[in-house]
Amino acid sequence: MNKQTSPRATLGLPKAPTGITGLDEITGGGLPAGRPTLVCGSAGCGKTMLAMEFLVRGAAEFGEPGVFMMFEENAAELTANVRSLGFDLDRLVKEKKIALDHVHIERSEIEETGEYDLEGLFIRLGHAIDSIGAKRVVLDTVEALFAGLPNHAILRAELRRLFRWLKNRGMTAIITGEKGEGNAITRYGLEEYVADCVITLDHRVTEQISTRRLRVLKYRGSVHGTNEYPFLIGERGFSVLPITSLRLDHAAPAGRLATGIARLDEMLGGQGVFRGSSVLVSGAPGTGKSSIGAKFAEAACRRGERALLFAYEESSAQILRNMRSIGMDLAPWVKKGLLQIYASRPTLSGLEQHLLAMHDMVKAFRPTVVVVDPISNLTIERSDAEVMPTLMRLIDFLKQQQITSLFTSLTTGGSGTNAAEDSQVGVSSLMDTWLLLRNVEFNGERNRLIYVLKSRGMANSNQVREFVLSDAGIDLVDVYLGADRVLTGTARVAQAAHERSAAKLRREDHERKLRQLAARRKAIEAQIAALNAQGEAEAAEVKFAIAQESLQETTTQQNSAAMAQLRGGSKGGNAPKRGSR
Amino acid sequence: MNKTRTRTTTKTYELRLYVAGHTAKSLAALANLKRICETHLAGQYRIEVIDLTKTPELAVGDQILALPTLVRRLPEPIKKIIGDLSNEERVLVGLDVQPV
Repeated sequence: MNKQTSPRATLGLPKAPTGITGLDEITGGGLPAGRPTLVCGSAGCGKTMLAMEFLVRGAAEFGEPGVFMMFEENAAELTANVRSLGFDLDRLVKEKKIALDHVHIERSEIEETGEYDLEGLFIRLGHAIDSIGAKRVVLDTVEALFAGLPNHAILRAELRRLFRWLKNRGMTAIITGEKGEGNAITRYGLEEYVADCVITLDHRVTEQISTRRLRVLKYRGSVHGTNEYPFLIGERGFSVLPITSLRLDHAAPAGRLATGIARLDEMLGGQGVFRGSSVLVSGAPGTGKSSIGAKFAEAACRRGERALLFAYEESSAQILRNMRSIGMDLAPWVKKGLLQIYASRPTLSGLEQHLLAMHDMVKAFRPTVVVVDPISNLTIERSDAEVMPTLMRLIDFLKQQQITSLFTSLTTGGSGTNAAEDSQVGVSSLMDTWLLLRNVEFNGERNRLIYVLKSRGMANSNQVREFVLSDAGIDLVDVYLGADRVLTGTARVAQAAHERSAAKLRREDHERKLRQLAARRKAIEAQIAALNAQGEAEAAEVKFAIAQESLQETTTQQNSAAMAQLRGGSKGGNAPKRGSR
Repeated sequence: MNKTRTRTTTKTYELRLYVAGHTAKSLAALANLKRICETHLAGQYRIEVIDLTKTPELAVGDQILALPTLVRRLPEPIKKIIGDLSNEERVLVGLDVQPV
């Protein structure tokens, strides 16, 4: 529900938009129109800034001129103070959009005698309102009158009358007040008179980091966010970061974005991450998180897109140098204006302050890819409960701009334990893709492993890959899965060599067997030949024996015939006789 | 400060009374002022009455907040007395005038 443009859309109570980022969302459209609102808090918590921005934005953006009546600073001081936020009061005053009136009361100059009232204040205010046709009024800090005027009974009665008078004139007013002692909202109990809307501001320092918080204590006739919301006073004025503005309705583009590491894209369903999604890369020190981040940014630059790199550990020069060592030269992209590196100390300011800086830079640079390296540094002094909403705001903001974001996170977990996962549970639920880098120590080396722990909405690899950084760049290599452990680094290389030699041996063995077989076959063949030859020889012998025998028989016959002839003697021999037998 | 000498030296008291219309308080203040001046500053004073309902822009110059307010513009330094001037003694203290 965006009430900023239609303040009167709320049922019943008309509202005056403040134009302050976030505040209109908490209050459902702005402050109650035509009524006074009390803004209170301790010194230096930003009351005047809130009031001033309400007035300036009203005059400049919503066509509602305003009167700023100040009781502490004078006009020149105020003008100078708000100029640092980019408000040109002099111009607005000249254009009759804003009237400034400094009410100064010096106790020592004043003698009190008899009855009086504060009609002079009414007249001044009325005159200022009429001179510019004001719709908004700020009284900053009206409580200063308590120090200037001795008769508090009169003052209280007059203030009550003043607030009623403002209401009757239909002024949307902000009255600021100092926080009182203990539980008192204001020092002089102004909340008794201004009962429509009360906003408290707070400035807290926890672990040496300051955070400003805003809370709508009361808003008569309207629903409002009741939480404490962090707010910031930045270069663009006041901004409240309401968690309620987290509407989970950002578009989900189906387009994919390559991570710049081909094998990693392969692990993520072959196409990389979704556009507008958030990626968490977590791991122990020295696992290569920053390199992945830088590669991610570089890949965007290669595609001609803009990338913004927030560095909270290294200076930009250091990043350029270090990335060069893995064959990645980022300097040309910086020169081309496609890559912007914003390095700052995480302890420089609170998380919210960083968040605001990020907002501003993202809005100004309009990148498609944002890398935050690392978020764990930002969250170093904070508990998870505090960090979560802030990161949620950041991620949501980026998603709404359809910016793909990559966050690296340092985990304390060493090698092999589950600590790496445990320590990130709070943040990881906000992330669409979570890559875990892990050191594996084995065989006298540390090697890097990468897993895809989760990746919403895509088929992702369940495999562990070895993550190799070399001067040629980043690469992912299949690991060897041994008996019950993964082999990486030289162990992987050794295993590969081992497997190669084993294969060679096997090949040789096969060859040898084949040769043996051939030899045996030859031997058998030779045997067969020998047997054949023997067979033939035996056959020949048999033939010979037969031939011999038949020859013998013939010879015997011939001999006997011859003998018979010889026995038959002189007349024609015995043979025919014998033959005639 | 020697009040007697201040009184005897001839100097004019330039007084300005800021009021808002003809209210009871305004009228009372003006009457009280005139009476006190006639009694203690005869011939040495000048009273200017400013009705802020007619000229509201004049309120800023003298930092007027409460009404009625009497401003002693001269002699310097500027002094202010708020209220209907019903307490003569305090008015004299405020104006730094020694009673006659």
